[in-house]
Amino acid sequence: MLELFNHQFIQYAFIAGTLITIICAIVGYFVVLRAQAFAAESLSCVGFTGATGAAIFGLSSLVGTFLFTIIVALGFGAFGKRIKGRDIEIGMVLSFALGLGVFFLKLYTTNATEAVGILFGSILSVTTNDLYLSLFTGIAALFTLTIIFRPLLFASIDPEVAEARGVPVTLLGIIFMVLLGVTIAEAILVVGVLLVFALLIAPAATAQHMSNRPVTSILLSVALGLGFTWGGMLLGLFFHVPVSFFIATLAALSYLVAVPLFHLVSPHLYSPLPHGGMEQ
Amino acid sequence: MQKSIIDLQHLQLILGNRTILQDINLTIHEGEFIAILGPNGAGKSTLLKLLLGLYKPTSGSIQILGKSPKKGNNEIGYAPQHRTLEADLALRARDVVGFGLDGNKWGISMPNDHRTKSINNALKEVDMLHLADMPVGKLSGGEQQRLLIAQALLTNPKILLLDEPLSNLDISHAQAIVTLITKIARSRNITVLLVTHDVNPLLSSINNVLYMANTRSAIGKPEEVITSKQLSELYGSPVEVVTTKGRIFVIGQDL
Amino acid sequence: MFDVLQYSFIQNAFLASFLVAIIAAVVGYFLLIRGLTFAGHALSHIGFAGAAGAVLIGVDPVVGLLVFTIAAGVGIGILGRVLKERDVTIGIFLTLALAFGILFLFLYRGYAEQAYSILFGTILGISTLNVIITAIFSFIVLGVLLFLFRPLLFSSFDPEVAEARGIPVKALGILFLILVAITVSMSVQVVGVLLIFTLLVGPAATAMRIVKNPYLAIGIAMLLGIIYSWVGIFIAALTNLPVSFFIATLSFGTYIIVRMVEPFLQKHYA
Repeated sequence: MLELFNHQFIQYAFIAGTLITIICAIVGYFVVLRAQAFAAESLSCVGFTGATGAAIFGLSSLVGTFLFTIIVALGFGAFGKRIKGRDIEIGMVLSFALGLGVFFLKLYTTNATEAVGILFGSILSVTTNDLYLSLFTGIAALFTLTIIFRPLLFASIDPEVAEARGVPVTLLGIIFMVLLGVTIAEAILVVGVLLVFALLIAPAATAQHMSNRPVTSILLSVALGLGFTWGGMLLGLFFHVPVSFFIATLAALSYLVAVPLFHLVSPHLYSPLPHGGMEQ
Repeated sequence: MQKSIIDLQHLQLILGNRTILQDINLTIHEGEFIAILGPNGAGKSTLLKLLLGLYKPTSGSIQILGKSPKKGNNEIGYAPQHRTLEADLALRARDVVGFGLDGNKWGISMPNDHRTKSINNALKEVDMLHLADMPVGKLSGGEQQRLLIAQALLTNPKILLLDEPLSNLDISHAQAIVTLITKIARSRNITVLLVTHDVNPLLSSINNVLYMANTRSAIGKPEEVITSKQLSELYGSPVEVVTTKGRIFVIGQDL
Repeated sequence: MFDVLQYSFIQNAFLASFLVAIIAAVVGYFLLIRGLTFAGHALSHIGFAGAAGAVLIGVDPVVGLLVFTIAAGVGIGILGRVLKERDVTIGIFLTLALAFGILFLFLYRGYAEQAYSILFGTILGISTLNVIITAIFSFIVLGVLLFLFRPLLFSSFDPEVAEARGIPVKALGILFLILVAITVSMSVQVVGVLLIFTLLVGPAATAMRIVKNPYLAIGIAMLLGIIYSWVGIFIAALTNLPVSFFIATLSFGTYIIVRMVEPFLQKHYA
């Protein structure tokens, strides 16, 4: 088994996969806390358009994904609360983004495999450039997160009180959205546009059912995420089946099993943290 | 001797592990206008649902128009409290009223003069004809409430059950609705049961008050039922009633 | 240019999409009134797993779509509105469905092409058999919807009063979701799993902003759906670019234009 790690592509996959999983687990914690899962899904669909449209500008699909998700994330951040309840509008925009994506795809390649790669992940075909780009942005994201961690937590749990205490809630909201965009672009690399939930939401959502305390929750989230990713990659390599299938299945099943289990074991533990006005 | 239209004997209702109603006995006669009062959770809306056949009593009997309650009884009109509707809903005022006429029949409504006329008459009766083609989402709370009442009246019911039609309306609109209901009820000789939080706008229209609290009830004239003595007995703890300038206030409790 | 219309595969595409546009318009109107657009989204994702599974065992993907979406539709109907608030739980189920979908497809040799066509639609490749299947199901759905129209509309507007008037609200709700499932399965043939919104919700949402009369709104939605599909197919046939892209663009573009023009339409009501 260990000879696997002699291959560069596997080394790249594990390095990138580990870093990306860690970021997703932490950012995902906040996404669940702030009830912004829908925004996350929107951004990942938009990522598809960015990935396929990148070819027009001669960029790699990873760069295209980054640019597009960040731009749209800024848009979401700017619209702020006006997005709430606009399911239909957002759904229409998403569909259009996907339609545009398939158009770009057809223009630049008749290769359906590439579409599948973007939609379902391509961690085993990470290029050196992609690796460095994702490492760089990943570390930058982690760094930013560390700086804004405390005020972001405060603003997410109780935005009104936080604002009264001088926390720049709106600004943090925008910064977080951009962070989310970056994180999703990275997640797309590992599990693809359609399975982002597995890396971003599942570990964090499961962790929040296991513990109420933020730091414990986040650590659990990271641990779970790494379990899913490493387990998924090993299983995928062993069975010669797409890695994202295993990551997603492990993640989903863990959530679906763990949540009722923890509900039964310690029902008092699960008390949803107050959301203030953060619903999306 | 007035005809008995609703008769409850030893009515008991337990939902889950909560006893909502315990040994309710009362009779309501034809043409009466009854206000149903009581604190939240006392079972006021539940009582209406029992009369509509939406709930079954745990024990005891209900006779309404001489029969047991059943769903789909055209002789009973029902209008719940209006809710806030999406502004973009593609339904017009006349569509909503039209439900009262044939909303429960299979198929689609073929446009015909008779139908349009019936709906227009119903709209006119609640003074909403000029807004007939407005989308419902754009109507005010009071206007939507009128539609629901018009809808309930379209089957020419003998009984009208209204669940908190005056809540979330300001005083003048609430008064207008009360005047409307009173006028309609008198002209058609309908028995009206109206659940409300505040009896004051209704004092000049109602015959009796049905006060529900603590799984029990008391029915009678307002000045007999809403007294410190009667309510204290009902609640099982001291309650103070204050009457001033022709208005009644119950201290320390939802009316 | 117009001789492209002589080919039978184009005629098949026109016919199938015509039928789909009709039922999608009616179903879409009710989805919007009942606040269940998320169900359309969910059913199409779950359908993906079914379609992929069908391909794996050598059966027509539509069969897989129908089986999975109807089962899921009944499930959603029974579990009720409780599901709507649970974004995370729904999302995780959908993720699982998609993951299995990709597994099934991977195990089948030509998987990328099949995945692509299920995800984005293959109306230009629709077989005569599938057109017939689409026709049969469309007639069934339309017939049932016509029959259920009034009580369904009433219970969508006010389930409580509707039940008091003797309408079987819960049963209707489940039956409706089965009809949604069938419509989604048929629509996937035209626009694919990922773009289901453009045909299922787009035309109805647009029509509802133009008129407020339910029958007119549905009629306009049908018209819009047919126009989007036919124009999309025509251009795609000429340019060899994806049909679903054109349908999506037309659907989205028209919606935006109507939204912007809407305040001027409102003066009509003042």
